[in-house]
Amino acid sequence: MASLDDLKKRIASVKSTQKITKAMKMVAAAKLRKAQENAENGRPYSEKMKNVILNLSNGVSDKENAPKLLSGTGNNKVHLCVVMTSDRGLCGGFNSNIIKKAKSFFSKILSEGKELKIITVGSKGNDQLKRMYGDKIIENISFKESKNANYFDAEKVSKIVIDKFEKSEFDICTIFYNQFKNVITQIPQAQQLVPLNNEVSEEKSSEESYEFEPDEDEILSNLLPKNISTQIFKAMLENSASEQGSRMSAMDNATRNAGEMVDKLTIQYNRSRQAAITKELIEIISGAESL
Amino acid sequence: MSEGFKIEIVNPEKSFLVKEDVLEVVVPAFEGEMGILKDHISIISFLKPGIIKIFSKSGEESYYVEDGIVEFKDNNLSILTSIIFNVVDLDKSKLEDLLKKAEEEANQTEISDQFKYLADQKVQVLRSIN
Repeated sequence: MASLDDLKKRIASVKSTQKITKAMKMVAAAKLRKAQENAENGRPYSEKMKNVILNLSNGVSDKENAPKLLSGTGNNKVHLCVVMTSDRGLCGGFNSNIIKKAKSFFSKILSEGKELKIITVGSKGNDQLKRMYGDKIIENISFKESKNANYFDAEKVSKIVIDKFEKSEFDICTIFYNQFKNVITQIPQAQQLVPLNNEVSEEKSSEESYEFEPDEDEILSNLLPKNISTQIFKAMLENSASEQGSRMSAMDNATRNAGEMVDKLTIQYNRSRQAAITKELIEIISGAESL
Repeated sequence: MSEGFKIEIVNPEKSFLVKEDVLEVVVPAFEGEMGILKDHISIISFLKPGIIKIFSKSGEESYYVEDGIVEFKDNNLSILTSIIFNVVDLDKSKLEDLLKKAEEEANQTEISDQFKYLADQKVQVLRSIN
């Protein structure tokens, strides 16, 4: 059994850990509010963008000659996966959830005999993936310097994606991120970026005719790269909100666990203190009796 | 019935401006400036660097944009843009920063004609504000 001194030290150390996790929780909570606000403010833009693209792609009469970013290359041999994770740890299952989702997708693709290329955004994802898929990772991007998700970072990522598409280095691009639902729940998402997934367009084919200036094709070819940036930006916003939410609940749990541990250790400490006193008393009494 | 229409300007970070009862909006569309009045036909177009002018009863407002998309439908004008500034808020130093950046872009040698044209536009517009 541990001595009284050892127990005392352990209690002190657990208490100081608890202080740290509590502080991290507070910080995460403050950041979460901001990130959530940002994510909500960013929604109108991506929604509007989606609508415009929808209306446009309905207007394209000549599907055959539609821009490749919309209709795809016609192949599905080479997959590019953009895995978006955080740069920092200690945020519960946040990164592992994305990686898990991505890994199951990867093994599906590989078992179908298709080629796989990976771009990781955020260093944590890179750390976890490079052990298994190190040879498949073609690029690793990290935005450690920028405090908040911003549009320019998103544009950098999308530029890389579009460049690679134009050099026909891949056929299908999928992006992995965590969608923020609430503080406890974040849903890992796999969203196809290229070619554009237009399942929705069929149900909402409005008869509204638009005037285009210049013509549809030109607008589309300008709009589609922008849409990719927008989608990536949206993913970044969702991700940063999810990261903070996940960290907050993880740290909340940690604080609670530390509290429980302190309680348990305190009881143990008190008991052994009591036992020591009792033992001493017995010794004194039995010493007196024997006289 | 109101006499005007509704305008909404959004950038990726937030909804930049929402305004009801606007009488006329002039946007720098790609193929030239375009004035939009109430009951305009539905249109989608995109923007080149320039000034958006909004006329309403309370007066006139100007915004500097570098790119964007306009959509007009059912008397709702939506403008999606990534870089937008209220001209009133643009002070000298900010303007000079933007101008310097635009000039650098315009002076790059290995750029496509379209890009060059856009960069030149930026410089021109920024100079005209000055």
